[in-house]
Amino acid sequence: MKRTGAEIVWEMFKREGVEVVFGIPGGAIMHTYHPRQDFGIHHVLMRHEQCAAHAADGYARVSGKVGVAIATSGPGATNLVTGIATAAMDSSPIVCLTGQVQTYLIGTDAFQEVDITGITLPVTKHNYLVTDVNELAETIHEAFYIAKSGRPGPVLIDLPKDVQMAETDFVAPEDPVNLPGYRPSSSGDSELVRKAAQLINAAERPVILAGQGVLMSGAMQELMTYVEKTNTPVGLTLLGKGGFPESHPLALGLMGMHGEAFVNKAIQEADLILAFGMRFDDRVTGKLAAYSPSAKRIHVDADAAELNKVVTVDVPILGDLKLVLEQLLPQVEPRTHETWLNMVADWRADSRRRDILRRPENGNLDSSALVAAHFINDIWETTDGQAIIVSDVGQHQMWTAQYYLNDVPHSVVTSGGLGTMGFGLPAAIGAKFGQPDREVWVVAGDGGFQMTMHDLGTIIQEKLPIHIALSNNNHLGMVRQWQEFFYDSRYEATPLVNPDFVKLVEAYGIPAWRAETRSEARQAVEEARKHDGPTFVEFRIVETGEEGNVYPMVPAGAALDEMIRRPERRTGSED
Amino acid sequence: MHSTLIALVEDKPGVLNRVASLFRRRAFNIESLTVGHTEQEGVSRMTIVVDSTRTDTQKVVQNLYKLVNVLHVEDVTEAPSVMRDLALIKVSANGGGTRAEVLQIVETFRARVVDVALKTLMIEVTGTDEKINGLVDVLRPYGIVEMVRTGRVAMARGSGPSE
Repeated sequence: MKRTGAEIVWEMFKREGVEVVFGIPGGAIMHTYHPRQDFGIHHVLMRHEQCAAHAADGYARVSGKVGVAIATSGPGATNLVTGIATAAMDSSPIVCLTGQVQTYLIGTDAFQEVDITGITLPVTKHNYLVTDVNELAETIHEAFYIAKSGRPGPVLIDLPKDVQMAETDFVAPEDPVNLPGYRPSSSGDSELVRKAAQLINAAERPVILAGQGVLMSGAMQELMTYVEKTNTPVGLTLLGKGGFPESHPLALGLMGMHGEAFVNKAIQEADLILAFGMRFDDRVTGKLAAYSPSAKRIHVDADAAELNKVVTVDVPILGDLKLVLEQLLPQVEPRTHETWLNMVADWRADSRRRDILRRPENGNLDSSALVAAHFINDIWETTDGQAIIVSDVGQHQMWTAQYYLNDVPHSVVTSGGLGTMGFGLPAAIGAKFGQPDREVWVVAGDGGFQMTMHDLGTIIQEKLPIHIALSNNNHLGMVRQWQEFFYDSRYEATPLVNPDFVKLVEAYGIPAWRAETRSEARQAVEEARKHDGPTFVEFRIVETGEEGNVYPMVPAGAALDEMIRRPERRTGSED
Repeated sequence: MHSTLIALVEDKPGVLNRVASLFRRRAFNIESLTVGHTEQEGVSRMTIVVDSTRTDTQKVVQNLYKLVNVLHVEDVTEAPSVMRDLALIKVSANGGGTRAEVLQIVETFRARVVDVALKTLMIEVTGTDEKINGLVDVLRPYGIVEMVRTGRVAMARGSGPSE
């Protein structure tokens, strides 16, 4: 059957299970847009291509499927780049399709021509420029396979306009794909697994560092079985949240720069570190020379290039975590680790994480200023921890990670590796499409929100019931905090003069509230949740001073146990 | 110290760019890189010489494997192998006496004169880096007008393919 390149795109998307794509049309891609309706795939018209990539990313993270973003050539394509780099750093499977000028014009600086395969080379897992319509179907099939398998990541397909228009006999690609140079990892080397089991069975103070690999491998159940058999406490990376329930007694919670002091203490005092699907990011390790000095280390990862990259380990296991845990489980002995767990429990008792929620003046909810921990705790309590929680980047991102405890896999969406401000709102749009039946909250700061707030338009166009929580401290807060700590409190270019956010959002027809006290915050969250469509709450939080900072904190370049602790407070008796 | 890697890659547009971009992005230091066809259609072969004092060769191998178009990578530094570099050297040889001396040196190094001009000789030499460096050192006093080297190519000894 004769098909144009444009029709092959949608035919293949359908065959790959795509139900929704995020994009913006333009001259070099409109030919592909033209037949879309005939294929029953929903298109979400975004307001900026960066947001299309973020939405595809958010969709992928909560659904476990490949997200798709579409843009035209030139500026449309370059606008995708931040979103592609974000997905690459966080190993998120997306496929980006860009229009390109006609093949005979490539290299002539034609209107809206840009070398997008060249530009995205270092931020994609792989990319393609398709110059022959006969290779298009196979290329799309490969792109989805590469994006999703092994260590997932973004793949870009650049499609010249004449290839979109060209006709050919459509031949469905066959499995398996023919990629002789691409071998995603499977089970681990049995000798290394045996060595790992020996270290595990000899350990007295083991700690698991669980990363996003747990979620990507789907190893949640295997991890739980391992933990309960060996009584090993579990620290989580930011993207690892959801891989192991934070309400579990053996969950330590977030580790690293803004993790709790007791979590980092446990890592520093451990005699065995089990790094499961994480990559020892500098925000997780602190000063490398002082990192977990007396621990043996086992590292399981799907990407060989991550093994011994920054931290030298005793047993590097290349493999899919779920399979490796299945290999490991019969070889590890049941342990109680009573002494070790008691030590950790003592350190945990010293935690001041929840102090801010139970301050003495809490009897009168309106006598003290609102801080982010308050409203995030309100969202957590009222949603029973069951919502998909999307955050932008900055202080509120860390507060969200600290105060929205998570038990449900694939429910935390945030830009970890690249730290892309503006990610939250568009990623929440994608997340809502990825899991339409789940409640979606996005928490954003006033700085990051203004980087992509134009996509409020997308939210109303699609009538998406997304709850937006704006954490407004009228500053680029995290930079302000660093200026306070490390730059002599010179607040260079961090105070923001902001619009009336409530009015602004109301202009889109979205119901909006402003909360300035604890009781208003709680009411606003409850009120927002009663609405069926999108809602917006601006939380006016403390702008400066102790309560405007994220604690605890490992200063950049310091060791994990050299944390700046939370200022001490008198504590109440509850939790 | 130098390490020598052999990489078999798919012969597709842009693959050299992918490899070069990877080295730049990961801040790997390479001494030389050569590419050419192989006995197999659709497969190119790269010989990559890495400065192993500044770059972890194992990391280079692991990262090369992340490229979809890279089929096979082998570190032949320690393996019994033949390594060759080719140089073309244009050297001043003006008077009768110098010309004779240069020709003598060429013979000693088992090199060849491939072009004779009024004031210069062009010399072709094949061999290990050391041998070529040795020849260059000896020729330098006569005045090297121009030189080009291909960079190292390598192949493991024995009857099987490099594997």
